[in-house]
Amino acid sequence: MDQLINDFSLGLFIWQLVIFIGLIFLMAKYAWKPILNSLDSREQGIADALAAAENAKQEMANLEASNAAAAQEARAQRDEMLKEARQIKEKMIADAAGEAQAQADKIISQAQESIESEKKAALADIKSQVANLSVDIAEKVTRKELSEKVKQHALIEQLLAEANI
Amino acid sequence: MFRAYLKTVFVALIFIAFSQANAEEPTQDHDAHDTTVDGADYGEGDAVNTKDEVSAFIQHHLQDSHYFTLFEKAEDHFFVSLPLPVLLWDDGLQAFSASKFHHGETVAEHNGNYYKLYHGKIYKTDAAGTITYDEDHHPTQAKPFDFSITKNVVVALLVSLIMFFLFKGLAKQYKTRSIPKGIGRVLEPLVIYVRDEIAKPNVGEKKYRKFMGFLLTVFFFIWIANLLGLTPLGTNLTGNIAVTVGLALLTYLITTFSANKDYWKHIFWMPGVHWIMKIFFIPIELVGTLTKPFALLVRLYANITAGHVVLFTLLGAITVAKTDLSIGTGASIGYGVFYFVLAVFITLIELLVAFLQAYIFTLLSALFIGMAVADHDHEHEHDEEGHEIADVEDVRERFV
Repeated sequence: MDQLINDFSLGLFIWQLVIFIGLIFLMAKYAWKPILNSLDSREQGIADALAAAENAKQEMANLEASNAAAAQEARAQRDEMLKEARQIKEKMIADAAGEAQAQADKIISQAQESIESEKKAALADIKSQVANLSVDIAEKVTRKELSEKVKQHALIEQLLAEANI
Repeated sequence: MFRAYLKTVFVALIFIAFSQANAEEPTQDHDAHDTTVDGADYGEGDAVNTKDEVSAFIQHHLQDSHYFTLFEKAEDHFFVSLPLPVLLWDDGLQAFSASKFHHGETVAEHNGNYYKLYHGKIYKTDAAGTITYDEDHHPTQAKPFDFSITKNVVVALLVSLIMFFLFKGLAKQYKTRSIPKGIGRVLEPLVIYVRDEIAKPNVGEKKYRKFMGFLLTVFFFIWIANLLGLTPLGTNLTGNIAVTVGLALLTYLITTFSANKDYWKHIFWMPGVHWIMKIFFIPIELVGTLTKPFALLVRLYANITAGHVVLFTLLGAITVAKTDLSIGTGASIGYGVFYFVLAVFITLIELLVAFLQAYIFTLLSALFIGMAVADHDHEHEHDEEGHEIADVEDVRERFV
């Protein structure tokens, strides 16, 4: 300890303090401050770049997800459209069939009606002709009867054969 | 911390081994080596080749000097050294070159005053250079206040210059590129290391920036000074007590003046203990503020000094094995090789220690500053009886 105190040089101590304090201020101004600032800004830059990359990745993932969703939607839409088309087609076919049926029914019924009316007309015509014939026959019969009975029958037979259309 | 203790134990073991080796060779007959060995002290006319001379040489190396000596052969009065300016305060400023001392061989005369260099210290004396001693063999002559530019001052300036140019260069590189190249690529991770591993965790994320100037400077100053001490320049800056006192004093001042209310409250009125204990705690805590930086300065001084002593002892042992032991040539060569290998090994350890001590000094400084500026919130840590529950920080405080 005695040796240590004897070795302690006040002059060196003062020099050391002066040099070291001066060095701290010099280094702080010309070295540490610019170095630490550059390191900070560089690290900030790296952090920012990483964050940006992360963002881009996120956006990419989002985009991909939305793409997939859009594709999904398009597929669904297509399916929907196809389904609708199929439905329309079926409906159209059904409608057409129905309409055709109705038309056919109508035509048939009209045909039947006209046939009926034709038939009626024809029947009426026949009836009137039969009536006329009957009248004619009756007239001729009445005319001939007066002359001969056998000829009368032959005439009637003949007239009936004629009348048998 | 644990490594520091391990190292101390290791150094102590080597010391014990050497002191035993000394004891085993009590009074060897030196007659056989009369031609090379004499009874003179170091620097008094022959080569450094006895145990006493090696020991004196180590003493001389550990001390500050008024010369920057690169190479010397004291027995031939041959020195490759730079005499440094001597500045004394002795009835006014006395400035002259240390070359006037002729390596302590002559009395320097300046402005009618006579000065003598004795064991690295300058004493005022008369023209004949008489020095009288007291019973402890300390000179009784007056010692004028010596604030010379000594070897250690030159080394401190050299370290400062090296640091300034290294890191100025690094700072300049950032202007043109974001990633430095060359030596900057080595320095940048160290700066980041001090920031991220020392300052941020110990001082706190919010407040560390203010102390970075001190922490970075102290880390690189100690480290570069330690490394210079391992070069053949033979400097010993951080192994000088005045230098480590200066460094630790700054830690103390920064800690004290940046301390917040909580810090002082924990010193003068420790919360959570009985008021009688609070009074007892005041002197303990006050002494505690001083022992922390004191431990810093002693740790650095002792580690570096021990390293230099061990290294020089091993190197000295090589010559001593040749001249001072009564053994055969083959055995002395064997000793020499053994000591050389050991010295290489110790040098490698010292390289580690150089970094470790810089790291520990900076780490503990950051820790002390962190304690002083931390926002304590101890309220939730007291249980019903008012006992303080030890948290991590308290444990760490005790550990330090």
